[in-house]
Amino acid sequence: MAYTEEQLKKELETKEYEYGFYTNIDSDTLPKGLNEEVVVAISKKKGEPGWMTEWRLESFRYWKEMVEPEWANIHYKKPNFQDISYYSAPNKKPKYSSLDEVDPELLDTFKKLGISVDEQKKLAGVAVDIVMDSVSVTTTFKKTLAEKGIIFCSISEAIREHPDLVRKYIGSVVPQKDNFYAALNSAVFSDGSFCYIPEGVRCPMELSTYFRINQAGTGQFERTLVIADKGSYVSYLEGCTAPSRDENQLHAAVVELIALDDAEIKYSTVQNWFPGDKEGKGGVYNFVTKRGLCEKNAKISWTQVETGSAITWKYPSCILKGDNSIGEFYSIAVTNNFQQADTGTKMIHLGKNTRSTIISKGISAGKSQNSYRGLVQVNSRAENARNFSQCDSLLMGNECGAHTFPYIEAKNKSAQIEHEATTSKIGEDQIFYCNQRGIDTEKAIALIVNGFSKEVLNKLPMEFAVEAQKLLEISLEGSVG
Amino acid sequence: MLKIENLHARVDGKEILKGINLEVNPGEVHAIMGPNGSGKSTLAAVIAGKEEFEITRGKISFEGKDLDDTAPEERAHKGIFMSFQYPVEIPGVSVTNFMKTAINESRKARGMEEMPANQMLKLIREKSELLDIDRKFLSRSLNEGFSGGEKKRNEIFQLAMLEPKLAILDETDSGLDIDALRIVAHGVNKLRTKKNAVIVITHYQRLLEYIIPDFVHVLHNGKIVKSGGKELALELEEKGYDWLKQETVA
Repeated sequence: MAYTEEQLKKELETKEYEYGFYTNIDSDTLPKGLNEEVVVAISKKKGEPGWMTEWRLESFRYWKEMVEPEWANIHYKKPNFQDISYYSAPNKKPKYSSLDEVDPELLDTFKKLGISVDEQKKLAGVAVDIVMDSVSVTTTFKKTLAEKGIIFCSISEAIREHPDLVRKYIGSVVPQKDNFYAALNSAVFSDGSFCYIPEGVRCPMELSTYFRINQAGTGQFERTLVIADKGSYVSYLEGCTAPSRDENQLHAAVVELIALDDAEIKYSTVQNWFPGDKEGKGGVYNFVTKRGLCEKNAKISWTQVETGSAITWKYPSCILKGDNSIGEFYSIAVTNNFQQADTGTKMIHLGKNTRSTIISKGISAGKSQNSYRGLVQVNSRAENARNFSQCDSLLMGNECGAHTFPYIEAKNKSAQIEHEATTSKIGEDQIFYCNQRGIDTEKAIALIVNGFSKEVLNKLPMEFAVEAQKLLEISLEGSVG
Repeated sequence: MLKIENLHARVDGKEILKGINLEVNPGEVHAIMGPNGSGKSTLAAVIAGKEEFEITRGKISFEGKDLDDTAPEERAHKGIFMSFQYPVEIPGVSVTNFMKTAINESRKARGMEEMPANQMLKLIREKSELLDIDRKFLSRSLNEGFSGGEKKRNEIFQLAMLEPKLAILDETDSGLDIDALRIVAHGVNKLRTKKNAVIVITHYQRLLEYIIPDFVHVLHNGKIVKSGGKELALELEEKGYDWLKQETVA
């Protein structure tokens, strides 16, 4: 049968969020609301040293004085920050010595998510640090990594076990008062990942973390800190799913990357949080601050595939402080139904001969709004800085929007900055052409979208790319009428 | 194989086809000629199942089955292929990937397994040699930045890969120089068997020097006004379409 508009609409309406299930595990949840006592309670629950508690309190005091930013091209009902519980941890004692001790229902959740926590991951060469509602439940392959001197653990553990490293670097790239959400995160972050690669070490496997919001009404405030010491290399993967919820869930993460001289960090994200239903009800609010610092000859690449969340506010950035350092940003952002995304990057050129590349692919369907916002800033001392930016938008249907907000600030005459932008629409002619070759409409859209996104998909590690490709197809199912 | 009876079709409320009758049997080559705006490309699109065309009267059947309510991809699975007058660009999708997808989708529809990679490679090698296609061409994005000739050759390459029962060539000769025309025609001729059929839609007689038709039909104002053998094409070339227009009016 031919796809009529009516059938497509029906299919779109009946499509349920694939990962919309809810795990019923006893949780240890703090009452709603935020004040200094709550901040101290979180710190206490995690057995943190005094300096960390102080740091949190300091952040909270900054936050109290700040207002929510309103400049983004997104419209939503602001969360009531006193109506959120700021801590939720799976109730059973975390940290198991073997998988047999882990709550079977939790393992089942992992299975539904397609995560295998078992030895298979070793074969795949992936070490997983799973963050389920804020507390790391299990970390695999620590041993293999430890042999190389690599530290890969939850941030809570790092605060206890490696306080010097954490104290030196936390807040060094994203200061406590950087912005409203970063300040909030600094005050109440529940857990997250920590990674340290020693000098000259090439991390032998892709490091991977799965995030998941699981408790109704619990905001999740992840904190990630990745430090690549001189001449080291690491590829870090972050993947996310969340169950469907009626009320909006707030997520405000902070990710800090530090690439010391000659080091390289690849940070890849596949984000698939609940985007809300077809009426625009529910869905995750995602306000993230991600930033990396490059010292001399260092390189940081951000690659992201963003398909989820009702609201996305996210600008993974690079501060190119060291001479000859390189920053890259590769992004695919998909919005459907009533989703809104305002995402992009900032490339701050401070050192000489610094280079940055920005490739952004926005795909909008349904009634969604998709904005690219990017800043390329060349400081007065950044001789011979180079930037290339390319922003492509693909529209599906007549009710969605694509917007591009490029900002360029060059204070050095030797700077070379290029910006290219295109907007295209999936045409009926393209679909018919595919149909005529025996490819049905759904498959045709997947093919066209994958072709459009190819430059970015190619930047993802192999197994992640396959997952991302599937995600693109799922996110856009039935979106062309 | 293909049977068209009293076909009327319209687009945007305008009637374009006004009672077409045509029967194509296996092994036959039919040429459909006619001046611009006579409905040639509409006929091709209607056979392929393009949805914006509405059939108001009459019917099309393929291998004895009515094609009404058959989606374009299902028609393709049944073995109907159309070479586009203006092939569409799909950036980022290579010719190879596109063909792989098309072949496997058709196989899936027929309940077959996906074609093994080595078999696919062999097929690609064979067919690209047949059409004198450079291997590098196959990794380029589909039709993106292709010259007119490359686009048309790519259409015939797809025809060769998909091995349809009925091939409709819509103005395949337009935009081709004489060398490209020869290669394309040679490809089509090589693919001809007793089991498949070809409909060549063309404005000019030129292509028919290379792909010799068994029947020539002249389309004018949405109707076939004259049918004959291959000599009809020559007569048209000599006298022009005005001759027929006058004849039909008279």
